[in-house]
Amino acid sequence: MAGKTSGSVDHSTANGPIQRLRGALEGPNTLGNSRAFWAALAVLVGILVVYPMLRSSYYISNTAYLLVSAFLGLSLCLVWGYTGIFSFGQVAFYGVAGYTFGVVSINVTGPVGTVAGLLVGIVVSGAFAFIVGYFMFYGGVSDVYVAIITLAVTLVLNTFMGQTAGEEWAVGAARLGGFNGMTEIPNLALGVGDAAITVEDTAFYYFVVGTLLLTYLGLRVLVNSNIGYVMVGIRENQQRTELFGYDTKRVKLGVFTLGGVLAGFGGVVYASWGNYIDPSVFGLTFAALPIIWVATGGRKWLSGAIIGTFTVTFISQKLSVFGGQFSMVILGALLLFVILVLPEGFVPQLYRRLPGGDGK
Amino acid sequence: MASVLPQILNLVLQFVDSFGFLILSAIGLAVIFGMMGVINLAHGEFITVGAYGTALSFHAGLPLPVAMLAGVALTTVFGLVLEFTIIRRLYGRLLDSMVATWGISLIMIQGLRIVFGSSLSSIGTPLGSVQYGTFSYSTYRLLLAGASLALLGVLYWMFTRTEFGTRARATIQDEEMSRALGVDTNRMYLLTFGIGSALAGLTGALYAPTMTIVPGMGSTFLVEAFVTVVVGGASVLVGTTGAGVLLGAINAVFSNLFGTFAGRMALLVTTILVIRLLPQGITGLLEQVRGGT
Repeated sequence: MAGKTSGSVDHSTANGPIQRLRGALEGPNTLGNSRAFWAALAVLVGILVVYPMLRSSYYISNTAYLLVSAFLGLSLCLVWGYTGIFSFGQVAFYGVAGYTFGVVSINVTGPVGTVAGLLVGIVVSGAFAFIVGYFMFYGGVSDVYVAIITLAVTLVLNTFMGQTAGEEWAVGAARLGGFNGMTEIPNLALGVGDAAITVEDTAFYYFVVGTLLLTYLGLRVLVNSNIGYVMVGIRENQQRTELFGYDTKRVKLGVFTLGGVLAGFGGVVYASWGNYIDPSVFGLTFAALPIIWVATGGRKWLSGAIIGTFTVTFISQKLSVFGGQFSMVILGALLLFVILVLPEGFVPQLYRRLPGGDGK
Repeated sequence: MASVLPQILNLVLQFVDSFGFLILSAIGLAVIFGMMGVINLAHGEFITVGAYGTALSFHAGLPLPVAMLAGVALTTVFGLVLEFTIIRRLYGRLLDSMVATWGISLIMIQGLRIVFGSSLSSIGTPLGSVQYGTFSYSTYRLLLAGASLALLGVLYWMFTRTEFGTRARATIQDEEMSRALGVDTNRMYLLTFGIGSALAGLTGALYAPTMTIVPGMGSTFLVEAFVTVVVGGASVLVGTTGAGVLLGAINAVFSNLFGTFAGRMALLVTTILVIRLLPQGITGLLEQVRGGT
């Protein structure tokens, strides 16, 4: 694979485990490569950890939902922001994984079912992304086609799931339910038999915070590795990257599949959060949301995607309370504004103004 | 034999209908994409504007054909304004122009809902139906297929026989060179966007009598428009027509055998298979054939 061409980035002074860890986590492809950043992150995690002790269960559950959306944001950030593959399909992988989790966990009762559902859901969404990606990238279609094909796939899934209201549309005990959606999806439970822990309420919240933190750190390592450099190379100039001898198709397919897996994980967690999933996850409106989140936050940075997702989702929840029917108009206008005026997104802009920022 | 014939006729009519729908869905998108390389993700909403313009004029008392013209005019003006204010700033930023048009589409769907409510009262399909055996078919839908052919003819004439067409094709082939030779390429883009919007508006106007007129109606056309453009490739006339024939046939067969949804699914699967073999679509195939001889 592409990553074997040279040694790691210049961290030659690295000695000791902490230095080596920072060497892996830091690099030009992420914001926040300073001690101040890690201190701020530690404070943020600390706040997230004590948060449930301060607020009611409604707020905890809602914050967990906002954080679940971040998986979808991260998956689009990886695919679009880092690699330049403009995909409308992340919600398709999210939804497919959610439905798969529902089907498996309803049919196989108990913790075994939900663990199996989690794994099968992720595998199915990853495989789905792999297949769609294979045809697109190895066909060598242009970026524009990637966007419209992923959108077409999503819309066709929407029509498909919408017409599954009848009795005949059931997998075992799980009814797909058409526009009414699939109900009674169980909570995620981890472990086997009596040792299993049902992940609900506060436990669910901690589960999401933990997995999101791990995902974020894992992706930081990935994008600052040699593969990350190839991804950015593809985004900036695919042809040149190819001429340097990198197998860009393979890297794109790999990234797209990983994006499918990430979105899929989010979809599984989402389905178990609401115990419910319906075809609107494949709808035009929902397909637009990750793009708004990531574009607003800053598509080229992981932290931009997470902060963008969290903030925009939070604001749009407030909007739908106070702004009612205007919330979608405002979100659309926000997207237009960002593209025309601030194509980099808000987070890198703000970051540069911070005293501890890298100041690039 | 008596029962086979209507079945065959069914299939033929289904093909004609699919062909018309695919061409009309895609043509506005294809013109803009072929000329400017921009995919207008608000294409569905341009169609919606055409349908709204038609329905509102019709309910205001205009006869249907005039109402349709009003719908087309409204969409054209709308497209020109958007080109002038937004799209123009994003030339050379292909993906960003997609995101921007997507934002426009969101604003429009919800905006139409706020202004006009969740639906307009429908117009009703004119012209009755043709009977054959135990089946019948709407005359108006056959007329739509005819309209799609006529439209292709007009576009062919426009691109090959007029001064505008020559300049437009020159701009597609080599923008810089055309500019050096005195073609105002920015004006060409503005005009092309206007024509693309007019065509989308026409699609909306033509389909307005056959559909329920709701803010989200544009998405009905999106999948068909996308697959036709992808399978057709960048060549507006040959590519789009070829894609219409191929996809129309596939859609007709699958819809006839397994129902409407299977027809749609077959369109998508065909498209995904086609891009693996022909990433440039039918246009690319044509160029290979031309280059080979």
